[in-house]
Order: sequence, then structure tokens, then C-alpha cells
Amino acid sequence: MSTSFTLNGAPVTLPANPGDLLIDTLRTGRGLTATRYGCGEEQCGACLVLIDGAPVHACGRETVTLQGRAVTTAEAIPSYIRDAFLAEQAGQCGYCLSGMLVAATALLARSPAPDRAAIVEALDGNLCRCGSHPRIIAAILRAARGAA
Amino acid sequence: MIANTLPKSLQDNPTLDRWISFRPGGAVHVRAGKIEIGQGIATALAQIAADELDITLSRLALTAGDTDTAPDEGMTTGSMSVEMSGTSLRIVCAEVRALMLAEAATRLGRPAATLAVEDGAITENGAPTGLDYWSLAVPLDRAITGAAPLKPRAAHRLIGTDVPRLDLPAKLNGAGFLHDMTLPGLLHGRVLHPPLIGATLAGVDEAAITRVGATFLRRGDFAAVLAPSEAQARAAHAAAKPGWQGGRPVTPDMGEADYLVGQPAIHARFREAPRAAGERVSATYTRPYISHGTLGPSVAIAQCDGAHLTVWSHTQGVYLLRRHLAGLTNLPETAISVRHAQGAGCYGQNGADDAAAEAALLATLNPGPPIRVLWGRADEFTHEPAGTAMSVTIEATLGADGLPADWVTTIWSAPHVARSHFACMLPVQSLPDPPADPEHHDPHPDGGGGASRNAIPLYDIPNLTLDVHIVQRPPIRTSALRGLGALPNTFAIESFLDDLASRAGIDPLDYRLRLLSDPRARNVLTAAAAMANWPARGRGGEGRGLGLGLGRYKNRSAYAAVVMEVEVDTEIRLRRAWCAADGGLVINPDGARNQLDGGIIQAASMTLKERIRLGPDGIASRGWADYPILRFSEIPEITTTLLDPGDVPPLGMGECTMGPTAAAIGNAVAHALGTRIHSMPLTRERVAAALLA
Repeated sequence: MSTSFTLNGAPVTLPANPGDLLIDTLRTGRGLTATRYGCGEEQCGACLVLIDGAPVHACGRETVTLQGRAVTTAEAIPSYIRDAFLAEQAGQCGYCLSGMLVAATALLARSPAPDRAAIVEALDGNLCRCGSHPRIIAAILRAARGAA
Repeated sequence: MIANTLPKSLQDNPTLDRWISFRPGGAVHVRAGKIEIGQGIATALAQIAADELDITLSRLALTAGDTDTAPDEGMTTGSMSVEMSGTSLRIVCAEVRALMLAEAATRLGRPAATLAVEDGAITENGAPTGLDYWSLAVPLDRAITGAAPLKPRAAHRLIGTDVPRLDLPAKLNGAGFLHDMTLPGLLHGRVLHPPLIGATLAGVDEAAITRVGATFLRRGDFAAVLAPSEAQARAAHAAAKPGWQGGRPVTPDMGEADYLVGQPAIHARFREAPRAAGERVSATYTRPYISHGTLGPSVAIAQCDGAHLTVWSHTQGVYLLRRHLAGLTNLPETAISVRHAQGAGCYGQNGADDAAAEAALLATLNPGPPIRVLWGRADEFTHEPAGTAMSVTIEATLGADGLPADWVTTIWSAPHVARSHFACMLPVQSLPDPPADPEHHDPHPDGGGGASRNAIPLYDIPNLTLDVHIVQRPPIRTSALRGLGALPNTFAIESFLDDLASRAGIDPLDYRLRLLSDPRARNVLTAAAAMANWPARGRGGEGRGLGLGLGRYKNRSAYAAVVMEVEVDTEIRLRRAWCAADGGLVINPDGARNQLDGGIIQAASMTLKERIRLGPDGIASRGWADYPILRFSEIPEITTTLLDPGDVPPLGMGECTMGPTAAAIGNAVAHALGTRIHSMPLTRERVAAALLA
């Protein structure tokens, strides 16, 4: 079986059987390693991708459900958001950051000038164990300022 | 002998070429033993080396943690990397620069004092001489003397500046982790972990394993599935349905710190003093078992061609791991290469070494292809070595001035450091004829301590007695977690001091200053208090609280004071945190602040929320839903200041805010409630119980 969808702006047709998870399709099938395995239980946010613009846990999503949809991984998020994370040095170990970038992208797409409370709400499902939260908030505020 | 004054890293790796070489094309290859675990050490070491060598950062490549090429500097633990690796690299690079200048002076027939280095090129009064590090090619297979002077602080260009993290761009672009590494023909293994220590395997559903395209491997009670893909390995692991028998029974009450008290233990009295006469007060403070909570589960790749074993691991110590792997595989250490590759932040000994041992075992049982072992989330929570529970009792005799006239601390803890014991590796316990449990002794506090880390107050307290009991067979496996005993001990000491101050009717800040002669400790304490506007603290007891905590990590690394503002009704909310720290010479101030703030948030998470729960099948906390950590909506607003103590050596900063933060929260909550909670985590249930008491 195969599934056709748009991946990071380009049409793809990928082999997919029921039960195959998007995280495996991306990491193993396509070498898109920014989608990180953290828990496999949709609890930590490290594997977030955008599906038609909405953040979704790739570890809990079957690839066959994506027919005709648009998938964006952390590799393809707007560069100004990544640049803002670098400018704020928003990370320590960095393992959570792909998910943070994706959550930030979804937020900024629907709310270009979010305040701190809106950022906190949008990222509250993403876990960071190193304690980089203040810098991640600062990075998203910076990205919003830069885009304005 | 000059050599005896060299840092241990240089005594153990005594030639220059072990640390540095010059590559064609103007590159410099620097090698270190301390590895990147998200703390920014790779960037800090690059700054140090580039500064002493007078080269730009872009010329420099760093290899850290490789048994084939990099020096053995022990473990990357205890906030020692800047102090050990940084100091060693400074000495090496200063010596190489001096040798190069001396050689250039000889060739040019000029006094060395007239020569300088600009980005690796030798200059005289600013003019090129045609010579550079690469053309001079001074042989570096010579002993390190430590004789070259280090650059004074005023000559630093990179040290002390906010150089951006060198590893962060890759990590923001989907690379940078061992999890991302792949090799041709890679096979994927998953180990069937016994739920209880010592459980034996009665059987598995081999047909189900075969049906998903995996194979079953077993040696003793070490059992695993091996598959061509990660997804198949995961499916086979889920389908295997292993039946386990026996094992050391576990009940929920064993997860409480109180359970440790009175268990068979090895006792050490690290300090002993006569007791004073007078009124005695005492209190007991506890911390439960906690998880490292590494965000990315442990992973390793191993490949064995029958004669040589190569292992990629995010271990904190490649050489110790190699020694253990030699014991595990019966290969000589010379036939094993261990290469460090980065993992998610570990905060101590998580499952990294165990996953590496499992991959190595599978690679020797199935020689040829590279084999990757990736733990699942439940594996990480239930089979990594936990941070131990601790019970800390302090009793003091009060003088007429309300200050302590003696101080007796009694600690009950499981082992904080088990990494060096081969028998404590997870797969070793499942192999036939496992070695006997080792004896676990607490490291002496004068060397940094384990359960005793930061158990000796920073204050001028007379007549100190310190008893530590290390319980030998705790219900779950334990080992090093960020700061070891520093967090529970600092929580205990600072809580006790606040209560003594309250008894004496003295402000907690004033009370501490009466007991504190160390000027650097006084400086961070008064700086943090000033930032928080401590004089406006108020009487408390009305749901808002301000509390402080002070510590000098390991009693010899960086100083930190934290003031926390909390609001408490049914739950505790952190509003603001102020931190002042003194880490001596700071290599990268922005990186240091990142570590200080991160430590505050992680310690706050442990203090307010974290607890491993036990059940009949061992550890019952199997995922993030069972083990919540602090989220974006729960962090305080943090203001951090780095004090500048002048031209003094660097002090390790990576763990220094943990204890003071736990203490500041405890004291702020006590201030807000008018009553103290003695046991972490400070949960809603404990707030309610404290208000009813």
C-alpha cells in the first residue's frame, strides 16, 4: 500500500501499511530526523509535525491517514523562527527543540504577535527537561517581533 | 617535581600530542575527555583553547570522548569539566604556543619576546614573518611541563564572552544526536527487561516475535528481540509477552524515604564533635526516589567483527564504559573502541551505559552487523538507575544567642554513585552467574561526597557531627543524579536554619549573616536578597511567601543564592526567582546563565512535583503521565546575576542552583503558610495537610 501527501512542500507517494507510524515514515523512510522520538505516547511533544498547519504528534499518527494532507516537519519551518532560537541561545541539550519549533510555527501562523501568556498556552504540552523554557519563550517573542 | 603540580588530567595524559595536533590547511584538532551533555562544555573548551593559542574559533575542531583518540579524563560529572578539562587545555595550549614562539625565534634569529601570534601566524611588531603553527610543525610528542604562563584575564578575547553554542545549529536542524545515526545493514534490538531485580525469565512468545519479522536472542535471563527496523523491533518487544518469575519483591511503601531508615547499611561518621549543653531542636527532611527524566530515551550502537567491538554511546565516561564492556564480553580493552555521540540531557547516570552494554552484548551474540538498541519511554522510567530517596535529620543545641552550639546530621540514603561497579550494570544482573552485589560506601564529603554532598553547612557552626548510612539493598537500582545529595541536604540545612531563625525572632537573612564569614557566600546571599527587595518581605502566613536558599556546590565549586516568591492556596505557584551566583572566572557568561536558570527550573520541578511510585511490578511510574515535570505554565520569572569576584579561577557552575532553589521554595512556602512542609515533593496534599496540622 502507499499514501500520497505533500511533505515539506513537495508531493510524495510513500509505502504505508495500516499501523505504520508517521514518525517512522519520516525518520527511517525519509531521513527526516528532526522529528524526534521522545515517548511514543503523545506526551512530550518532541515529535510534533504540522498537518495542514496544526501541530500533531507524529508518534501517534498512522501514515495511511495522511492521504491528500500537507505535512511539515521541523526541517521546513520558517528560517526566521529558527534564527530567533539561535539568537536567544534557546536550548541546552536541544532534544526538545524540534517540537518547540513546530509548536511555535503553528502559534505564529495563527497569532503573529502573541504575548507571553499565549506562548505559554501554546507550548504547555511540550516538555523540556533542561529548563530552557524562559529562553524558548524569549525566542518566540523575538521571532514575532522580527516578523512584524 | 613540577609534574606533581599538574592537574590530574595532564598527569594521566602527559604528552602534548594526546591533546592537540595541527592539520594541513590551517586547522587545529583539540581532544578532550569531557563530553557535551547539553551544558555547553564543547563551546567553552573551544573558547579556552582558541584563546590560549591565539587562533579563531573556526580553525578549531574538538573531539571529546573517544577511547581511540581522546585523553582519559574520567567521567563528565560533578560540574568539573571547566575546572578539569578547561584548566588542562589552557595549560596545553599555552605550552604549545610558547614552544612555537620559541622555535620561530630560533629560526628568525629574533628574541621570542618581540614575536606574537595572530590567528596562528607568527608576527613581529604586527608584521607577518612568513611562519605559522603549521609551517613550524614543532613535534608535540613531548611531556607537558606546565611551565608556560597562562594568559592574564586582560588578554582574553574569547574567554568571558558570550560565544554562541557551537552544537546548537545542528540540533535546531534535525541532527546532532546519536539517535539520528545510522549505518549500512543496521539491525534494531530491544531488550526484555525484568520488572523486578533478580527476576528470571520463564518464557516468551517466540512465535509472535517471529511473526513480526524479528528474531529472539537469549543468554541466561538476558533476552532480546532483533529486527531489521525500529518499528519491527518495537512490535516484537510488544508481542513477546515475557513471563517473569521471582525477583526482589517491591511494595509501594518502600518508595518512601522513611523506609530507608534502619535498613541494613554501611555507616560512616565523617565528622565527630562533642555535644553542647542546652535546648535541643531537631527535624527530619525527606526526598523520594526521582527520575533523571531524560527527554530522549537511551540509545547505543555496537558492532563486533569477532575480534574488535566498536560502541557508540552517550555515556558520561567512555573509558569506564570500555572497562565494563571488556568484563561483559571477555574481550580485552584494546579490542574495544567506545566513541561518544551526543544524547539528550542526562543529568547523571540515566540508561546510557546500560543501553551500550546491551548493544555490545547483542553485537557479540550476533557478530557482523551494527546493532542499535533504543530504549522505550517505559524502559527509561523503570530501568534507568533512579536518583535515590534520602532522609536527613538535623539536631542542634541552641546557645543563649539562639545560634547553634552544635549540629548533628544523620542521613539515610541508597547509593548515589554505582557507575564504577560492574555488577550494577543492568544486563550484568541477568547473565548466568552474576557477580555479587558490591559494597556501597559513600564518597567522603571532603572529596565532594555523595549522600554527604553539601551535608556540611557552609556556615560557621561549631561542633559538627555527620553520620551517613548507605542502605545496601534498596528496592530499586540507584545511581548518580545531578547534584547527588546536594539538593536534599541544602533543602534540609536551609529549612532548619529558617526555623531556628524564627525561634530566635531573627530575620532569616540576618540569622544567616551572623553565621557566615565566607565573603563570597555573603556576597551572593546579600546580592540575591537585594534583587528580591528582601526588606519588604513582610510577616508572611497570608498565602504569599518569600524564601531564600544558599549553597556552595560541593563546598568547593560555585556559590549560588536563590530567592523565590510563591503564592499558595491549594497549590503552590512560583512567581519570581532571583539568583546571584559566583563561579569565579566564567568562560561563557550566557552559557553559565543558561545552566543556572535551567538548574532553578529543574530543581523546582523536583521540589514541587517529582516522585517515582512503586508497585508490585517494580517502578509504577512508566511515562510522563505518571511522572509529571514542570511545564511552561509553572515556571517562575527568573532574574540571574553573575557576580564578578575578580581574577580568580573558574568554579564549576552546572549544578550550583539546584540545592538553593529547593531550599528557597521550601522556605517561601513555609513563609506563605506559616508552617513547614518537611518532605518533597511539596504537593497539594501536603499543603492541605500542613494547613490542617
